[in-house]
Amino acid sequence: MSDETPIIEVTDLVRKFGERAVLKGISFKVFKGDTMIIMGGSGCGKSTLLRHINGAMKPTSGSIKIFGEEITTMNERDLARIRRRYGMLFQSGALLQSLTVGENVALPVTEHGKLDDDIVDLMVKMKLEMVGLTGFENLKPAEISGGMKKRVGLARALALDPELLFSDEPTSGLDPIMTAVVDKLTQDLTQRLGMTAVVVTHDMTSAFRIGSKMIMLGAGPRQGTIIASGTPDEMRNSPNPEVQQFIRGEADGPVPLKLSKDDYINRLLGTPRPVEKGRH
Amino acid sequence: MKSYLELCFSVLYWVLIAPFTGRMFKVSHIFRQMVHIGVRALPMVSLTAFSIGLTLAMQAAHELKRMGASIYVPDLVSVSLLRELGPVLIAVIVIGRSGSAVTAELGTMKVSEEIEALNVMAINPIRFLIVPRVIAMMVMLPALTIFGNYVGIFGGWTICHYALNMTTSGYILRAIQSSHPWDLYSGLVKSLVFAWLVITIACDTGLKVEGGAEGVGEATTNSVVYSLLSMLVANATLTAIFFFAA
Repeated sequence: MSDETPIIEVTDLVRKFGERAVLKGISFKVFKGDTMIIMGGSGCGKSTLLRHINGAMKPTSGSIKIFGEEITTMNERDLARIRRRYGMLFQSGALLQSLTVGENVALPVTEHGKLDDDIVDLMVKMKLEMVGLTGFENLKPAEISGGMKKRVGLARALALDPELLFSDEPTSGLDPIMTAVVDKLTQDLTQRLGMTAVVVTHDMTSAFRIGSKMIMLGAGPRQGTIIASGTPDEMRNSPNPEVQQFIRGEADGPVPLKLSKDDYINRLLGTPRPVEKGRH
Repeated sequence: MKSYLELCFSVLYWVLIAPFTGRMFKVSHIFRQMVHIGVRALPMVSLTAFSIGLTLAMQAAHELKRMGASIYVPDLVSVSLLRELGPVLIAVIVIGRSGSAVTAELGTMKVSEEIEALNVMAINPIRFLIVPRVIAMMVMLPALTIFGNYVGIFGGWTICHYALNMTTSGYILRAIQSSHPWDLYSGLVKSLVFAWLVITIACDTGLKVEGGAEGVGEATTNSVVYSLLSMLVANATLTAIFFFAA
């Protein structure tokens, strides 16, 4: 760790939907060249956290600094200026259905710069080649598979050669070979070109392959807090049983598979009551 | 209501002010939307306008014949089409066909994270998606109305020519002489107002969609209902203004 300003600095981030707090005081820093993995069970607030960092949602309290600038109080125009410096890969790809694959990848370039069509075409081809989709420019998103959409989404996120990349589950729905391709791409970009990446993922193989820092969000009563953080080695050797259960993918553990019979009936019927015999 | 007004103001900002600060909307997108909203509505508009012209002529002929005033049928057809039926009926068609399509498309984009993706790419969705649709509608609805008026008058001609034995030139002459330019202009003023109402309501309901397919369906219904109601209220108001001002 160095003295340089972190690329992302999140401090005491709290977000409530009505009474329900989804994020309860999250703090972490991401430095240049890092690949930060955010993991945690489904519904633990990972995507919500990502949405706050990319400025799509405003927190209830707390601070988020990107490239050293506070984005929670920023106006739209300044936020747009910051947003041009990062790319984001959405879980579903979020391609514009009305445009072709090529036009989707070209979109950030044509909207934010004035380049010749030839150069844009060349850039599109290069980006598509990076994700292994050469020759798919003229298809519509509806004509390609889910995994391909995701890779096009990645090509689009990388269109402006961003300093920072957000990926929401980049490898879900990809076959093992394509997972390796996408992982390798992320590694190359971070290690060789100094890009910073924030990756939300469930895929432990991929997470340990590309991650240089990891945080894990908790489940149940500790939902919305960071229960563990560190390097991949620290996480692998973490004494926290919840982390171990998650990494190893075990069905039962600190996060219980099934409730006891009484608990189940209590939850089902709302109030604790004695179990009646002779009824199913 | 607040979000609707915000949308209206930001559309006005992106159309009237932003181009002078170097942030221009895409002209090519406007043409694409003009095809979607306007050109593809032509068959439906033609059919409706023709049948209305035809029906108007038949109904008018039925009454006027008894008084020996069949000669006034073209007058009635052209004036009622230009002033009232043309703008209103064409707007109804466009609401049902194009307004609902805009809401459904934007709603689907909202639920599939496309709008959020645009925001994150620092592409303003109002500039990128809404402005081309608004401009396309503001151009195409009046254009369709003029076209519909012609087709309707043609529909009236078929009855006058084949059932009332009028000459073609006689029909055209009466249809033109009886109507004043103001009849056409008042109809076009109406259709401009309708265009603004229809497209802003369609876009606003589309952008507000929450939830999946169900939300899109609900928003599309709402879009059609609100557009129709506000169009009819605006029509009555404008007619009253023209009536009392003239």
